[in-house]
Amino acid sequence: MNVFAKLGGFLLARVDSAGYVVDLLVRAIGSLHRLPRRLRFTLDMAFNAGVRSLPVTMVVAAFAGAILAMQTGIELRRFGDTAVLGTITALSMCREMGPFITGVILAATVGSSMAAELGTMQVSDEVSALEVMSVDPVDYLVLPRVVALAIMCPLLTVLSNLVGIYGGSVIAEHNLGVSPDLFWQSAREALTSSGTLLPKEVYVGLFKAFVFGTAIATVSCASGLRASGGALGVGLAVQAAVRNSVILIIVLGFIVTWFFYFLTG
Amino acid sequence: MIELRDVHKRLGGRQILDGLTLTVPEGMNFVLMGPSGTGKSVTLRHVIGILKPDQGSVRVDGQEVPAMDRAQLMALRKRMGYLFQNGALINWLTVAENVALPLREHGRLPRAETDDRVHEVLRLVGMDHAAHQYPPSISGGMRLRTGLARALVTKPEYVLYDEPNAGLDPIISQQIHELIVEVRDKVGVTGLVVTHSRACATFCGDRIGILEQGRLAVEGTVAELAHSDHPLARAFLGGDAD
Repeated sequence: MNVFAKLGGFLLARVDSAGYVVDLLVRAIGSLHRLPRRLRFTLDMAFNAGVRSLPVTMVVAAFAGAILAMQTGIELRRFGDTAVLGTITALSMCREMGPFITGVILAATVGSSMAAELGTMQVSDEVSALEVMSVDPVDYLVLPRVVALAIMCPLLTVLSNLVGIYGGSVIAEHNLGVSPDLFWQSAREALTSSGTLLPKEVYVGLFKAFVFGTAIATVSCASGLRASGGALGVGLAVQAAVRNSVILIIVLGFIVTWFFYFLTG
Repeated sequence: MIELRDVHKRLGGRQILDGLTLTVPEGMNFVLMGPSGTGKSVTLRHVIGILKPDQGSVRVDGQEVPAMDRAQLMALRKRMGYLFQNGALINWLTVAENVALPLREHGRLPRAETDDRVHEVLRLVGMDHAAHQYPPSISGGMRLRTGLARALVTKPEYVLYDEPNAGLDPIISQQIHELIVEVRDKVGVTGLVVTHSRACATFCGDRIGILEQGRLAVEGTVAELAHSDHPLARAFLGGDAD
């Protein structure tokens, strides 16, 4: 087989996978009217997702905020302008770092587990069993997972933002000599300068988190449902779920930022 | 009646079915045997519409299965039960919830009637005592019997059995065989049974077909095949088989 045929085969496989993910998302959205029937399962999923990823999200967010304050503070100290440290930390956490950290951790913890669960169900004929019972696997398995992560990712992001800013304030106080009052006042002013109830920095970040949660769950479910070939296939599905979720988080994060800050001003 | 005519199917670069033709008359158990990888389970999946043939015709009661739209396929599947090799139970549901799943999902019966029906079929397969256990905590045989209960709970006209006694001890196997015969005789269910077991084939089967290279190599009643000189019939149903 020549190199062009191989490249063509590779691209076709990628397009096929992407098409499957989009189709799955469209079908899940089309099943939304069935959500009340799946409410208990959806809440269980949301609770599990939150509990499973909360500790690690908080630890990573605290250190990310601390590193952000430290790196920025080193430069700001040279110009004697550490008073704006709270502003920079708060804006960076809310716009980008909070949703990004939460998304990546959810992809690694909850997304991988979704892919493994559905992959195991696929290779052990449980998904086929649902189909022969005329139970739509998208409605029964995918919808609750997508809704659960679409809700939990923004909620966890709110906590990530707060913990990240707190991590930054600790470094600001102990290593850069910025008082907590000054740091928090600067952060609060940055986030409330627009005078709106929900500042743009916050709602864009939360929208990003909603998009990330939906994408992670859809990609992970798609990977699981396309698993084949026993335990090895399930392993590959988990690997693909985490890899594709992280790539999507970065690409979608860029697109959302570009849309809100450059396209619509 | 289930009819397959000249069915061809290629999977993973291999020709699995290569002109398979078979007929399962109403009210009978047709047993499909053959070496591993000759397309027995693939045949069942064509009948229930999970797979579509590359070429050929698959009909149930005269309706062409591959040509069915989603609604028609769902209607067909509601008239069919399918017993998977390992039971294929949903792990987070109890035995009773697994069996009730097809009834609850389609809202066919009031809750009390659903519960009665579930316990009725669980008693039939000897699993009523384990109704509240979860699949990971029960044995392979119990999972299979639960799978059979789930296949029967909707009172199907057809049941497709994929290796109904794989990995079971002879006592449980015999119980499963008796159940397959019982649902044929008492309820009039038409069965298509895939198995490697001579005991299963001779006990449950009205007719037996043996697959080789994607098509039926030999077919007949139990008595006909038991006395056949065909090498595959001797291998699967002769004195040394099982």
